[in-house]
Amino acid sequence: MSLTAWVLLACLVAFATKLVGYLLPHRLLESERFGRVSRAMTIGLLAALVASNAFASGSHIELDSRVLALVVAGVALWARAPFLLVVVLGALAAALGRAAGLP
Amino acid sequence: MGLSVSIATGLYGVSFGALSMAAGLDRVQTQLLSALMFTGGSQFAFIGAIAGGGGGALAAASLLGVRNAVYGAQLNAALKPRAIVKPVMAELSIDESFATFAAQDDPAERRRGFWAAGIGVWVLWNLFTFIGAWAGESLGDPKRWGLDGAATAAFLGLLWPRLRSRDAVAVAITCAVVTVIAVPLVPVGTPLLLAAVVAVGMSAITHRGRR
Repeated sequence: MSLTAWVLLACLVAFATKLVGYLLPHRLLESERFGRVSRAMTIGLLAALVASNAFASGSHIELDSRVLALVVAGVALWARAPFLLVVVLGALAAALGRAAGLP
Repeated sequence: MGLSVSIATGLYGVSFGALSMAAGLDRVQTQLLSALMFTGGSQFAFIGAIAGGGGGALAAASLLGVRNAVYGAQLNAALKPRAIVKPVMAELSIDESFATFAAQDDPAERRRGFWAAGIGVWVLWNLFTFIGAWAGESLGDPKRWGLDGAATAAFLGLLWPRLRSRDAVAVAITCAVVTVIAVPLVPVGTPLLLAAVVAVGMSAITHRGRR
């Protein structure tokens, strides 16, 4: 198979995966149980996204300037800073960390 | 919210474009991945594994994309899209659009958050993939500009409003720890699924305890 064929097949699988959740019947999705499970899952997934963005590089854990960004963002959120400011401060913290020679 | 998430993530397309060319794909194949596959982690996995053959690349990318099915089920349940909109929503169901949707309570805001982040990331991701594929590494590493710090801060900012109860904080901390422990042990992408399972398990236990 040519490389382009593999690319297209992988794109198709990715799209089909995304579509699966949209084909589930609403009867199932509207149950009290699904609501409870999905609320917990949302928090779990968001927390996992925070952790993997802050600490993971591929399949390694790497502590670098992103940790600085995480701490600065946490302090900013605690001080009730607006979302956009939190993101900018996170970028600034990581950029300054790297400029100062941190990994 | 959607816009800042889009910028923090979309600019990373430069990295993807440059790395994809370095991995031996041509410009059309590179752009096809960003336009159609459109799920950053899977795209990096595909080009990272392509040296070992197409089958391995397909498997790595597909495994990494499984979490998008979980996002789709939740988006479907909450936004109740019409059948004709579902394929478009499915294509835009990624970490960033789900997180922007999930961070809010008001139904109209959740819908707007999903579409703003979904379309915003798609446009910028593809634009910057294009730039990366043509300009290559000459643009420099986006890490130097702290973009990975911006993404980390953005996801924390999206999680923050959910942490209103003690149970929620416990689930978040446990899932973050599980993710960090799992990253070196299981294939890339699966730590998120593991965290989802742990979150569901914890909610079942606290629910049973209260009945």
